[in-house]
Amino acid sequence: MNRPPVRKYIKPKHISDYPVGPSFSAGYLTSDNSGWRTLRPVIDNDSCTGCLKCYLCCPEGVIYPKEGKIDIDYDFCKGCGICSKICRNKVIKMEKEKK
Amino acid sequence: MSAVGFIYPQLCFSNNAIISTFPGTASMLSGVAAAAKAKGYKDYHVLGIAGDGGTADIGLQALSGAIDRRDKIIYICYDNEAYMNTGIQKSSLTPFGAKTTTTPPGKNIRGTLTVKKNMFEIIAAHNIDYAATASIGYVQDLINKIQKASLVDGPSYIHVFAPCPTGWGIKTDETFEIAKEVVDSGLWYLAEYENGEFTLNRNPREFTPVENYLKKQSRFRHLLEEDIIEITEARDRKWERMRRQWNKN
Repeated sequence: MNRPPVRKYIKPKHISDYPVGPSFSAGYLTSDNSGWRTLRPVIDNDSCTGCLKCYLCCPEGVIYPKEGKIDIDYDFCKGCGICSKICRNKVIKMEKEKK
Repeated sequence: MSAVGFIYPQLCFSNNAIISTFPGTASMLSGVAAAAKAKGYKDYHVLGIAGDGGTADIGLQALSGAIDRRDKIIYICYDNEAYMNTGIQKSSLTPFGAKTTTTPPGKNIRGTLTVKKNMFEIIAAHNIDYAATASIGYVQDLINKIQKASLVDGPSYIHVFAPCPTGWGIKTDETFEIAKEVVDSGLWYLAEYENGEFTLNRNPREFTPVENYLKKQSRFRHLLEEDIIEITEARDRKWERMRRQWNKN
């Protein structure tokens, strides 16, 4: 996974805690973002050939290569289903989110 | 960058990024490029992403100026064919016949009456260093073009076709296929402009039927036979000209 870690947001207490301008340090994530996902992609990694097409096509950039196979960052996956649809070997299934 | 939203202080990019004014992506890029130059930076890219409205309508003046100054910037137009974030209003890149909230089909008109602005050739007419069209349905082609733009010592522009499930009335998992089909049906094209020459990157021998592409999207569902014939004829005219005048590879 190649994304910034999720950090706890500490509300500024004093004016000096605020940044000078409207810019802030890059890669500052304070919460995950997958709350509206209703379908969850599940990979059958035993059948995955590691072609990485899903890695290229994921609009959220949450699919990443891992030891010749792929893995999904569920903290940011929105469940659009593109990976499941474009997979040539149909090894990604969309399952109903249980939450 | 007007196509990306965030809640302060969160930002999804690992690199430094700024949200610009809606029509000011290109002028902001000019400023960032000037600052980077003044700072003496050597290894950097200044890249901006704006939507079709922010590029072809309200941001056109800023973009034209940045290209004219030959600022070293990469400008990416994210074209989903309407002002989607504000509620699907028509832009000048909305194609003929499409339903938007400001061009609703009814008794008198059938969706958008105007045709899609020829943004790629407008940009090329600036004699820009590098310009290209791409589609998210042809990912490798898009990656190659961004790579190429990153090597240019001057302004570069990439026009990316990107479907919007909500605005187009398609399922979220269909965007990739729709973006591929639009190229295969000839309603969008993959091309480049460099050294004063146009090149068609993809020149299909046969197009897939326009109707199949249109009927998959609810924004085109109201179109009549005659509208589809009109769209097909416009496509054929455009391709006849492109094939005659442009290089092919």
